[in-house]
Amino acid sequence: MKNEWPLWEIFIRGQHGMSHRHVGSLHAPDAAMAIKNARDVYTRRNEGVSIWVVEAQHISATAPGDKGPLFEPSESKIYRHPTFFDIPEEVGSM
Amino acid sequence: MYAQMIKTASAGVKSREEMTDQEREFQDKIDNDIKIEPRDWMPDDYRRTLIRQIGQHAHSEVVGQLPEGNWITRAPTLERKAILLAKVQDEAGHGLYLYSAAETLGESRDELVKLLHEGRMKYSSIFNYPTLNWADIGAVGWLVDGAAIVNQVALQRTSYGPYSRAMIRICKEESFHARQGYHAIMKMAFGTPEQKRQAQSAVDRLWFPAIMMFGPTDADSTNSDQSMAWKIKVKSNDELRQQFVDQTVPQIEYLGLDLPDPNIKWNEERGHYDFSDPDWSEFFNVIKGNGPCNVDRMKDRVAAWDDGQWVRDGLLAHAQKKAAAKVAAE
Repeated sequence: MKNEWPLWEIFIRGQHGMSHRHVGSLHAPDAAMAIKNARDVYTRRNEGVSIWVVEAQHISATAPGDKGPLFEPSESKIYRHPTFFDIPEEVGSM
Repeated sequence: MYAQMIKTASAGVKSREEMTDQEREFQDKIDNDIKIEPRDWMPDDYRRTLIRQIGQHAHSEVVGQLPEGNWITRAPTLERKAILLAKVQDEAGHGLYLYSAAETLGESRDELVKLLHEGRMKYSSIFNYPTLNWADIGAVGWLVDGAAIVNQVALQRTSYGPYSRAMIRICKEESFHARQGYHAIMKMAFGTPEQKRQAQSAVDRLWFPAIMMFGPTDADSTNSDQSMAWKIKVKSNDELRQQFVDQTVPQIEYLGLDLPDPNIKWNEERGHYDFSDPDWSEFFNVIKGNGPCNVDRMKDRVAAWDDGQWVRDGLLAHAQKKAAAKVAAE
C-alpha cells in the first residue's frame, strides 16, 4: 500500500551491561520517531537504558539454506572449548 | 479465543506418502519442535492460515481497547485510572507485536487494518459486549484476559517463531492485566451491598461470553485438524475452555459471589468442573456482526484510522522532505 511508514527493527540494551538485543519492530516515518515509539512500546517496564533503531531494509542476513555450510563446521572443532583440555587438579583452577 | 473460528486453508491433512519432499521436511521440523522462521520454506496454506489467525489476534488486541477505554475517564480513583490507562496502552503494544509477526509473512499492517475495516477480517466476539459498570472493568481484566492467558500460554509453543515470541512477550504482560482486574473486582465484591451487586452482575453477564472466547466445541471445529498438525493451534477449544473453567471457579467462590451457571459442579470422576454450554446461537450471531456493540466498535475503529490520516501523512511528508534535503546537502 502506498504511504505506509517504513519498518524499523528495534534493539534495546538492558541495565546490566548486556549488549543491545533485538526486541521487535515497529513502523515510523523516520529514525527520530522510531526511537520515540520504541521508547513507548518496548521500555515500559525498565527493560532498557539504550535504544538502537535500524530500518529493516538495511539489514542483511544469512540465507536459511546456508545454515549447514556456515554453522556445521564448528561442531567438530571441540578443541575450541576450554573443557576439551584436562588440567590436573593439583594445578588449581584455570 | 482472541482468534476464533479461523478457517484453516487446507484440503485436509496429508499423509506422509502424499507429501512432497519439501512438505515432509517441513512437517518433520514441526514434529521435532523446530520453529519455522520467516524466510524458511512453508506451504502456502500454512502461511495463509497464520496470516488469518495472527491478524485476527492483532485486531482483537486493538479493538479490545474500546470497551475498557469507556471507563478511563470514569475510573473511581486516580490510581485505578493510571492502572487502566497502562493496561489499555499494553493492548496497543500487543496489537503491534502481533501485526509485526503477521508482517513477517508478507502481509503489511496497513493491509490487515484495511481488511478489518472493510469487514473482511474479524476480531474476538467478546469485545462486542458492553462494559456497563465499573465492576465490568475488573471482570474484563480477570475473566477476559484470564481466558486469553490460557490460550496464549499454549500458543507460546506454536510452530511459527515470530508468533511464538510475540506470545511469550504478551504473556508476561497479561499477568498484570488479570491481577489488576481481580484486585478491582475484589474491592467491589467485598464492598457495600450495592458494589457487591454490581460485581455479581458483571460475572453473570460476562461468564458465558468469556467461555465462548475459546470458539465452538471440538465437534463443531471442522477444520482444526490441519492447524493442530501444523502446530498453529496447540490445544483444542474444549481443552482450553475446561482449563479456564477449572482455574476460575475457585476464584469466583473466593469472592463470595454466586456461580453464574447453576450447572457448575465438581466432577470427582473427571477431575474437572462440569458446566453448561454457552448459547452457541448467540455466539454465531455475534460473530456475524449482530452483537450488542459490533456496529459501534467498527465505527470507532474506522473513525480513529480516518481521523489519524493527516497525522500519518504529515509525518511521512516531513520525513521525506528532510531526507531529500540531506541528500541535496551531500
